Amino acid sequence: MKVSDLSVINKFNKDNVIVEKLDTLINWSRANSQWYFQFGLACCAIEMMAAAGPRHDLDRFGNIPRASPRQSDVMIVAGTVTLKMAERVKRLYEQMSDPKYVISMGSCSNSGGPYWQHGYHVLKGVDLVVPVDVYVPGCPPRPEALIQGILELQKKIKTQTTLGKEA
Amino acid sequence: MEILDIANNLKNKFSDSIEFSEDSSYIKVEATKWLEISEYLKNDKDFMFDYLMCISSYDCGDKEKYGVAYNFKSTSIGHYLEIRIEVSDNESIPSVTSLWGSADWHEREAYDMMGLKFDNHPNMKRILLADDWDGHPLRKDYDTPEYYRGMPVPKDKTYWE
Repeated sequence: MKVSDLSVINKFNKDNVIVEKLDTLINWSRANSQWYFQFGLACCAIEMMAAAGPRHDLDRFGNIPRASPRQSDVMIVAGTVTLKMAERVKRLYEQMSDPKYVISMGSCSNSGGPYWQHGYHVLKGVDLVVPVDVYVPGCPPRPEALIQGILELQKKIKTQTTLGKEA
Repeated sequence: MEILDIANNLKNKFSDSIEFSEDSSYIKVEATKWLEISEYLKNDKDFMFDYLMCISSYDCGDKEKYGVAYNFKSTSIGHYLEIRIEVSDNESIPSVTSLWGSADWHEREAYDMMGLKFDNHPNMKRILLADDWDGHPLRKDYDTPEYYRGMPVPKDKTYWE
């Protein structure tokens, strides 16, 4: 059985010994402590706040808002990325320490959304300036959709290899 | 006071620089006289326009004239007034920031979006767009640049779709 199946406690109960890849342990801890960078750019931020609030409670996934990029693992780009803001978004991404992940939340940060055709001031997708791991569609996405995005990112993190060769 | 009475009152004092609109909804004023008129509007006992509600800018569409509309309200008397000023590209409008503090950001926005210049403004720079932005986007003849600091803003998106 894998550690990621949360069977650790059972193994401990038996003989206090676990035999597992170190990667699995690292990925398990990374996937379940995605501290996210607390910043919002537009109305999607309201849904992100709702997701972080008591009803949807992101904390139960280990997602805790951080007020500084240096303490965060995940950047949730929640809202319209204007050209003026795009450089700041990039700079904030660069200030995060590795490993770092990006969730693009909502139509605007996925592709420009309603500003696709005539928005002279909007970046057509945040993936033009930072690498995106998970795209969450919606305008704005409901908190459930954001939570699904977070779970997808968890799946992605659990397939990574930190120490060994690339799988 | 009704707008007609206000127009007549202003006409008596400033005669030539006042023009009354056809649908009698606003008064058009010459830019050169605007500082004098605005002071009169604010301080005269009959007017007392102490509240500048909004400043909007517009493009007349003929590539010559650009306009700015001021909406005033008097909180003590309760009457309302719209003043419009139309200028060409190289003319500037006197700032009314010294009379109404709310004019500060509104005038900066009018400059940012429409390229109207205001004289004697304490901080005349762009308010929303980046400082190195090229052009004024709400003008009818504005051409969206294809790139901004290396980030693409393409007009033709066939490759992207």
